[in-house]
Amino acid sequence: MDATLSFDEALEKYDPVLGFEVHVELNTKTKMFSSAPNVFGDEPNTNVNEVDLGMPGVLPTVNKKAVESSIKIGLALNCKIAESCTFARKHYFYPDTPKNFQTSQYEDPIAYDGYLDVELSDGTIFRVEIERAHMEEDAGKLTHMGGATGRIQGADFSLVDYNRAGVPLVEIVTKPIEGAGARAPELAKAYVAAVREIVKNLGVSDARMERGNVRCDANVSLRPYGRETFGTRSETKNVNSLRAVEHAVNYEIRRHAAVLDSGAAIVQETRHWHEDTRSTTSGRPKSDADDYRYFPEPDLVPVVATPEWVESLRAELPEPPAERRKRLQKDWGYSDLEFRDVVNAGLMDEIGDTVAAGASAAAARKWWMGEIARRAKLADVDPAALGVTPAVVVELESLIASGKINDKLAREVLDGVLAGEGTPTEVVDKRGLAVVSDDGALQAAIDQALATQPGVAEKIRGGKIQAVGAIVGGVMKVTKGQADAGRVRELILKTLGVDG
Amino acid sequence: MTELIKHSAAALAAKLAAREVSAVELTQAHLDRIAAVDGGERGIHAFLHVNTAEALAVAADVDERRARGEELHELAGVPIAVKDLIVTVGQPTTAGSKILEGWHSPYDATVVKKLRAARMPILGKTNLDEFAMGSSTEHSAYGPTRNPWDLDRIPGGSGGGSAAAVASFEAPLALGTDTGGSIRQPGAVTGTVGVKPTYGGVSRYGAIAMASSLDQIGPVSRTVLDSALLHEVIGGHDPFDSTSLTDPATGLVAAARLGNVKGMKIGVVKELGGEGYQAGVEARFADSLEMLRSAGAEIVEVSCPNFDYALGAYYLIMPSEASSNLAKFDGVRYGLRVLPEDGPMTIERVMGSTRAAGFGDEVKRRIILGTYALSAGYYDAYYGSAQKVRTLIQRDFDAAFAQVDVLISPTAPTTAFKLGEKLDDPLAMYLNDVATIPANMAGVPGLSLPSGLADEDGLPAGIQLLAPVRQDARLYRVGAVLETMLEQSWGGPILAKAPALAELAKTTEAK
Repeated sequence: MDATLSFDEALEKYDPVLGFEVHVELNTKTKMFSSAPNVFGDEPNTNVNEVDLGMPGVLPTVNKKAVESSIKIGLALNCKIAESCTFARKHYFYPDTPKNFQTSQYEDPIAYDGYLDVELSDGTIFRVEIERAHMEEDAGKLTHMGGATGRIQGADFSLVDYNRAGVPLVEIVTKPIEGAGARAPELAKAYVAAVREIVKNLGVSDARMERGNVRCDANVSLRPYGRETFGTRSETKNVNSLRAVEHAVNYEIRRHAAVLDSGAAIVQETRHWHEDTRSTTSGRPKSDADDYRYFPEPDLVPVVATPEWVESLRAELPEPPAERRKRLQKDWGYSDLEFRDVVNAGLMDEIGDTVAAGASAAAARKWWMGEIARRAKLADVDPAALGVTPAVVVELESLIASGKINDKLAREVLDGVLAGEGTPTEVVDKRGLAVVSDDGALQAAIDQALATQPGVAEKIRGGKIQAVGAIVGGVMKVTKGQADAGRVRELILKTLGVDG
Repeated sequence: MTELIKHSAAALAAKLAAREVSAVELTQAHLDRIAAVDGGERGIHAFLHVNTAEALAVAADVDERRARGEELHELAGVPIAVKDLIVTVGQPTTAGSKILEGWHSPYDATVVKKLRAARMPILGKTNLDEFAMGSSTEHSAYGPTRNPWDLDRIPGGSGGGSAAAVASFEAPLALGTDTGGSIRQPGAVTGTVGVKPTYGGVSRYGAIAMASSLDQIGPVSRTVLDSALLHEVIGGHDPFDSTSLTDPATGLVAAARLGNVKGMKIGVVKELGGEGYQAGVEARFADSLEMLRSAGAEIVEVSCPNFDYALGAYYLIMPSEASSNLAKFDGVRYGLRVLPEDGPMTIERVMGSTRAAGFGDEVKRRIILGTYALSAGYYDAYYGSAQKVRTLIQRDFDAAFAQVDVLISPTAPTTAFKLGEKLDDPLAMYLNDVATIPANMAGVPGLSLPSGLADEDGLPAGIQLLAPVRQDARLYRVGAVLETMLEQSWGGPILAKAPALAELAKTTEAK
């Protein structure tokens, strides 16, 4: 592994500059330039036709849905949308690219000059400028067989699966990101998370990083503080989890710092990320003069996005995630801390659904952040995967509100629901869990509790009303928790002739 | 040779409709002709593959349907040959290259689907310069095609196979492709008719691309009307070709039947004549102008000054696009794969060995030219400048068509040259296309028809008509008038003057 400085030491000496290329696979039914299905995980080379295989004589046709999705992504990233844009051919010989060129966009991307406000964990907003978002096609997938590394070097042979060849991609390119300082790794993670959230929210991508739906190339360079010009960058390719993005940027900052400290120059190159060692290794040299011999794709006519079309797509856009969060926090009346906890726990949607189903925001939070989260943690699953529906939460809450059960019983009811015994009401009935609210039965228990704690009864009579809790506790014990605590309190005070 | 095969496609269609002849008889007659004149040492060698069984089966099906009284397309049962650059299911497609030897397409080109829908029996695949790169068919990896007028001469190129097949009565019709003149120039040197339609008028889906922005499929025939009939079969919008027009030219057959030039203004392009043009070619051109004038057309001279730069710009744009289009031929997915003889077995080296062995010299020459022209640092000077010239050529056409209805010029500067004569001189070879290239650069339609025989060598010369984009009908309207007058002056079709071909022993593959 390369020498590295500590992160703090690196940051003390150098100012990091970042840049990201995020590839988003669109979830259109068919491919970017052919009518073959765009489906993940099928048998290799089944979702291909003559166009995807680059057979002699074939021509591409543009997937209109993919263009719409690209425009939506551009709009969500506050970009300008090109009224007319063209495709270009990017040439390089590689067997995962059936035509030995990738049909992409070069001089005139469909979306350009945008920005994304990224929220860091403490609520700080960092604006990332977007250079462009352009349309292109994905390559096939190579599997190198034999050899020790699973890489092409040393492999005995390689297998190609062209199912992914031609899947629509939108590549989102940032402008150089300056001023992140020590928060660079955190910003990297937050930026990619924000892009992922946006494309998921738009419904244009499945946005599953583990499937490669969202892939990040992270560019890092360092420069001494105060210098205007950028240092030489490295590009760490295909960093495919949020955690990895953070770690890769962190590692590259530390590696660059060590190289610069040694007096050597950074090699402009691509780097491979290794999750196991949390480090990068050298890929191929990459200079700005890489010659892809771009030229306008002569088989496709320009994509014309009329203002009417763009505006109709803009009207279809869902509320942006950041704005939605602001609105929900206000609607629900959560404190900043409460809301951030909800967001970090990933339970915003569940709480939203539960509120929509009729629960109060406070109750929804209480259940999801409390009992449900606790059980999920025990079971080591996502709270959403536990099987508690918003309807169950709403019903539990209404049972509590009606006095039929109390919080303690509600947890038992939830046991029953999760055990498949039916709805909360059915569980209450089946398990006979209803709160005892028959005054006669309660009065007997109260009399008994008062008799066993005469001192407490005296204190209450003497005006220490808060002491009533001890008697309530005694009653709850006797009734095994099935008493309506509020009613018990009322009856105790009445029995003792004290005004609550 | 039976007289049957000498008829035009229109006449054959009429005979089929009148049940004077069956489609099987007609198809068999052409297969017999192919068997008689195409093979052997001194054969025409127009065909790379003869599609006997399928052609006869399609013909038999047509006869059955006709017997049942089914309504059929006008050209149903009229056989046709297809340039081997166009992919066909059930027959190999080679593009004239070793790199595709033995390859069978899993899909039909759109034009082939249209031929099948019209129930035209496909006789086979015709020879061409490798990947349509050439003007003589000598660059075919499978040997040259001979010109039926003189077996020691070239039939033009790249579509020499299609033109020679039609000229030697092996097929009444053929499909060609025209990137810089590959339909029209072979038409000129073989005494046949060929049309490059408006760019986008005929789907390119399934035509193996040389230069995507220039390529166009078109008809090859012996008469103007026959080309119009075939043009209407293959034309029309195709959702599989983004560059295909949504409102293609119509009324082509009607225009060919109308054949009237009274009051039309015809512009002689000043730049397409003079130096480099053979005297006999210019003499026949002058005769044709006189005929058109006598038929009531007004002949004026127009200048298209930027046509002088067309050839140079073409030889940057075409190789640039070709270098990109031919990148897919790498031995990975289909076609030839050649492993390096020694050294490490890397994918780059396999691709390199395959392309080194699979491509011929002219193809390599153009790939190298194009790769260079697209390279960083050279792009603006070469590809970029060439595109500017292209715009200027389009403006020249616009200005010219503001004055005249059609433009006219010789199709090729010379008659057919000898096999081997220009093979080692690429620049001389390229000059053959000097008059045909401007139409491709601007996307306008062009038609070539025979203008007569040059006095000095007795070989056919061609005359080219050019019309504005989408005005393909004008070509047929003017072409039909000129053809009628010329044939009157010759006392019959020009091909009647061609020497008879020695027929080989009549054995057919059909039986």
